[in-house]
Amino acid sequence: MSRVKSLQSLFKRYRRPGDIVFAWFVFIFSVFMLLQIADQTVWKSGGKLFSQPRFWPAVSLTGMAIFAALHLLGSALSPRIAGRWHEVGRWVASVEYAGWFIAYAIAVPYAGYLPATVLFAIMLALRVGYRRVSTVLIAAAVAVVIVLLFKTMLQVNLPSGLVYEYLPDGLRQIMLTYF
Amino acid sequence: MENIFAGLELLARWDVILALLVGSIGGVIIGAIPGVGAAVAIAILLPATFSLEPIVGLTMLLGIYGSSMYGGAIPAVLINTPGTAVNALTCYDGYPMTKRGEAHRAVSLAYSASFWGGIFSVGCLILLSPVLALIAPMFGSREIFLAALLGIILVILAHRGQIFAAGLLAMFGIFLQTVGLDAVTYTQRYTFGYSFLSSGIDLIVVVLGLFALSQAFFLLTGPDESPDAKPVTGRMTDGIKELMKHKRVATVASGFGVILGMIPGTGEFTAQFMSYTYAQKTSKQPEQFGKGSPEGLIASEAANNAVPAAAMIPLLALGIPGEALTAMMLSVFYVHNVIPGPQLFQNNIDLVYGLYFALIALNVIVMVFLLFSTNLLTKIIRVPTRFLGVMILLLAFVGVYSLRNSLTDCMIAAGFGVLGLVLKRLNLPIVPIILGMVLGGIMEVKLRSAMPRLKSPLDMIDRPISFILFVLIVLVIAVHLRALIKEVRTRQPDEDHDLHDSQMR
Repeated sequence: MSRVKSLQSLFKRYRRPGDIVFAWFVFIFSVFMLLQIADQTVWKSGGKLFSQPRFWPAVSLTGMAIFAALHLLGSALSPRIAGRWHEVGRWVASVEYAGWFIAYAIAVPYAGYLPATVLFAIMLALRVGYRRVSTVLIAAAVAVVIVLLFKTMLQVNLPSGLVYEYLPDGLRQIMLTYF
Repeated sequence: MENIFAGLELLARWDVILALLVGSIGGVIIGAIPGVGAAVAIAILLPATFSLEPIVGLTMLLGIYGSSMYGGAIPAVLINTPGTAVNALTCYDGYPMTKRGEAHRAVSLAYSASFWGGIFSVGCLILLSPVLALIAPMFGSREIFLAALLGIILVILAHRGQIFAAGLLAMFGIFLQTVGLDAVTYTQRYTFGYSFLSSGIDLIVVVLGLFALSQAFFLLTGPDESPDAKPVTGRMTDGIKELMKHKRVATVASGFGVILGMIPGTGEFTAQFMSYTYAQKTSKQPEQFGKGSPEGLIASEAANNAVPAAAMIPLLALGIPGEALTAMMLSVFYVHNVIPGPQLFQNNIDLVYGLYFALIALNVIVMVFLLFSTNLLTKIIRVPTRFLGVMILLLAFVGVYSLRNSLTDCMIAAGFGVLGLVLKRLNLPIVPIILGMVLGGIMEVKLRSAMPRLKSPLDMIDRPISFILFVLIVLVIAVHLRALIKEVRTRQPDEDHDLHDSQMR
């Protein structure tokens, strides 16, 4: 019994709620990836072991699977902390903002960098609960500053919007180059 | 001597000076805002610096790196919230001082200690360079492979209490860099038939996802807060006088910062804890620690500010980054075809000296800036957290999309953003993934190039430096195992690892 106990204390670690969900997830992921190794990498006949294209994926995935198994064991042996699914809910909630980010990335080549940035700044400010007109206006103003800084001044490589093509001649050129 | 002048000449250009000013002052502001740190800022700015000359881009990033911890001390002292993760220990003694009505004393002492640490470490760097220039060429493929391996082991073992998690994340990083077309055999690795995976997973996309986007998601899904710091009154130069009474603590703490900064994988946290413990053990008033001891504050701030310059040593001399920020800087070198490593000291020594002087200049600029603008910064840090989240999201887009205008990159970054959020919520470290990616790549390349000259495995360690590195690896693992056995015997496992708040904000 005492041996079991010392084993438990070896693996018992400070954790936060939801740790075991993460532990299971990475364990399943690493084992799945490891099982794919024959399909997804090649073994060159005649080559040395350390120069094989399969060598480093094999080392890293085996290491990952072992560490993930130990982490899972540690998680399972530690006392359960309440609030596991509430925590997972918060992880899932972040996917919404990942969606916002991707939608923004899709919008830029069509709507143009300046309009898309200002629009998303305003919409996101409203989405996260700011209702005061001044806050929303500040968000829009900061968005304009970001565009001026990166596109107008630093000329960072960003596409110009399709919508700019419909602008009158002089303005179109300026918008295409600077905004 | 002429190299020193060439280095100075590199800095005496308006664009370099501007980059230094923007980087160092921007870094202080970013560091002072709880919720964004140097990692987020550098990740966002990284692609923008690719179009600049190496010295311009690097001085800007170095400015942010070196100055963010100065700014981070302000909210740590005034509102008990570290501005950057590495200012955590500053709260211990800084905030009790504020509660006693000594906010001014604490802030000015923190600045002075930071300045001491910063300048001390640059001094060490300059003194060490001739030695480095001598030793660096002795590092061939196998030595660099072993040094990178030692780095990976240290990164894992430095996360005490989270070793399994750190190990699996470092391995995940090594795995990530293998995805795509293998450069030597031209075979696909883990692409699952998708063409977008053939070119591999870009380090910068991962960095932006894990550091910037995850922080945006973290702030956006959390409650909205607005840090409220009271203005500070009094002369900021007072701290320098008080620091002079604690020169020993400041110097030893800076020394810890330099030594641990040089060792890959350990960095600011360990340096802070060790110097804090040292200061407490040797203090005449150890009971004051944690209740507003000036020595504790000095130990913590001097140690963390000594790290950036020291962390440049393995990066410049061997091309091995020791933590996430130097790993990001490595990509700036690569983009400009300046390969850090032994050759850098032979071919581009002026760039090395230029960077040293930039480090000195940034410490001076930041110190002068802070003497006059602390109260302005207490106003800036009041930005509500969700608003900050919106801004980080918009800025992260610039970073990801400007790389190669790829929507797929944005999706991958968003995926890593969610992963980063989960890790932050679980208080698991992000840095091992990044170091795994960078060091894993170095290990693969160097092992391959060392292979033709090795007849037996023992040839790997038949040169003096490689043998020393091998002994170090064995020693590090042995010491760790010994500590583990001791811990089990006394049956007192560390329960609280909240101090290991290892996420870089």
